[in-house]
Amino acid sequence: MNALEVAASVRAGETSALEVVAESLERVAARNEELNVFVHLDAEGALAAARRVDERVAAGETPALAGVPVALKDNLCVRGQPTTAGSRILAGWRPPYDATVVERLAAAGAVALGKANMDEFAMGSSTETSAYGPTRNPLDPTRVPGGSSGGSAAAVAAGMVPVALGSDTGGSIRQPAALCGLVGVKPTYGLVSRYGLIAFASSLDQIGPFAATVAEAALVLEVIAGHDPLDTTSLPEPAPALVGHLDDGVAGRRVGLCRELVEGADPEVVAAVQRAAEALARAGASVEEVSIPELRLGLSAYYLIAPAEASSNLARYDGVRYGLRVDGPDVEAMNVATRTVGFGDEVKRRIMLGTYALSAGYYDAYYGQALKVRTRMIEAFARAYARVDTLLGATAPSVAFALGAKTQDPLAMYLSDVFTIPTNLAGEAALSVPFGTGEGGLPIGVQLLGPARSEARLFAAARVLEAEVGR
Amino acid sequence: MAGLSREDVAKVARLARIALDDVELDRFTDQLAQVLEHARDLEALDLAGVAPTAHPHGLVNVVRDDVVRASLERTEVLAQAPDVAEDRFSVPRIIGEAP
Repeated sequence: MNALEVAASVRAGETSALEVVAESLERVAARNEELNVFVHLDAEGALAAARRVDERVAAGETPALAGVPVALKDNLCVRGQPTTAGSRILAGWRPPYDATVVERLAAAGAVALGKANMDEFAMGSSTETSAYGPTRNPLDPTRVPGGSSGGSAAAVAAGMVPVALGSDTGGSIRQPAALCGLVGVKPTYGLVSRYGLIAFASSLDQIGPFAATVAEAALVLEVIAGHDPLDTTSLPEPAPALVGHLDDGVAGRRVGLCRELVEGADPEVVAAVQRAAEALARAGASVEEVSIPELRLGLSAYYLIAPAEASSNLARYDGVRYGLRVDGPDVEAMNVATRTVGFGDEVKRRIMLGTYALSAGYYDAYYGQALKVRTRMIEAFARAYARVDTLLGATAPSVAFALGAKTQDPLAMYLSDVFTIPTNLAGEAALSVPFGTGEGGLPIGVQLLGPARSEARLFAAARVLEAEVGR
Repeated sequence: MAGLSREDVAKVARLARIALDDVELDRFTDQLAQVLEHARDLEALDLAGVAPTAHPHGLVNVVRDDVVRASLERTEVLAQAPDVAEDRFSVPRIIGEAP
């Protein structure tokens, strides 16, 4: 049952949230050991929350996500529940507050089952850097689910929950969505509050939904979006209406098939994007090829900016206020011992890269130069959006790859995000929608990109593609 | 931009409060040098006169009214600390003893 059907059925009193959540927990139990999706499951809390939803419905409330089970990426704070961000340094930590998105989901009647596995501090593209072991792709357990929000994607792909939340700093929602055959959305920067999201790169991070269908993803985004005084970067304007525009179609829209967002992708991926362009054209959009050469600089700029911000954000893990402490004779020795034991290799690499990019003598050449490239990229996107409404490209260069295939070669892993990174640098909106299959029958995702606050248009276009492949 | 040396990596590790053994130092030097090598495509760009963007929407200060509101529960926060003394976070010695 998808989220819309669950909510309608619970609201109508045809089924109870308790039954829905109990069934969902059974599906988790059936495959969690094999796939390593949930790193923490709160079955008791979920069943209690489901009972409260049933009471609200009995009292006449009609919550938008009544009784819908959800998985939360483990970098979203839930008061009193273990929250690790996939890191050993936060093992056993229980946040003293809820993330705003967690509160909004609960207010809408959704029921969180627990915390989904992720790359450590969201640094990775395969969910293999988690301190709690890799997550496997439910569609082929010898392959990765993508990352960093791989646990959230796998929870939906395995049918454990209809929807999940992840976070996307350079593609961490869209890429796993593509690799698991799901819809995944990176909303406009500031559309969704980051309060209670454990920070990786604060100028790039954004929370968004995973779902099997476009309509479910739009509903969840509508629930979590909107201004939050607790996040000073949250947009002050009211959140755009999304669900009401799902059937707007693409007639009269101008779509740009972006050369730089397919180049280097596997031929089967390029072919899927081409077919998506044809489908949009048949639905009445005018499609033209566009080239935005500045996008080629995205990967380099990102791998200076994101680590620079991370090196600053992760300085707080010092063994003083929360999380792991490894003792030492003095406070500095304690800091070093804690961080050396608490962080995994990928996190250490990024912290060191960021520290280097910000250090005296290299700041202008690396970080400063990357920030100027970011300006160039924003300007280049703006020029493209003066000509077209929506850009179309690939989400990931290939279908899901084998576990272990890229763990020894960080640069190869980073290249998984080459098509998704530019949107984060620009603070704009993009989503991935499944469109056909490739090698091994595995799903291919195509990416739709638009300017800030263009989500409604992206969802409408995604609906056209979804209808084409018969969801 | 000269190539990244082993000494550079040792220095940033110290700055970042991370200890590396010799094997790790070699491995991280190779891997970080590769990433920085990829970033050389930025070096050649003429970006004189381009303003840097540190934030996508051009952040301005956001202020709120200075009114008292609920904050986190102190006992709940301190319960998560590795070591607490007299309602405060406790850490190992910071200042050495007088000679």
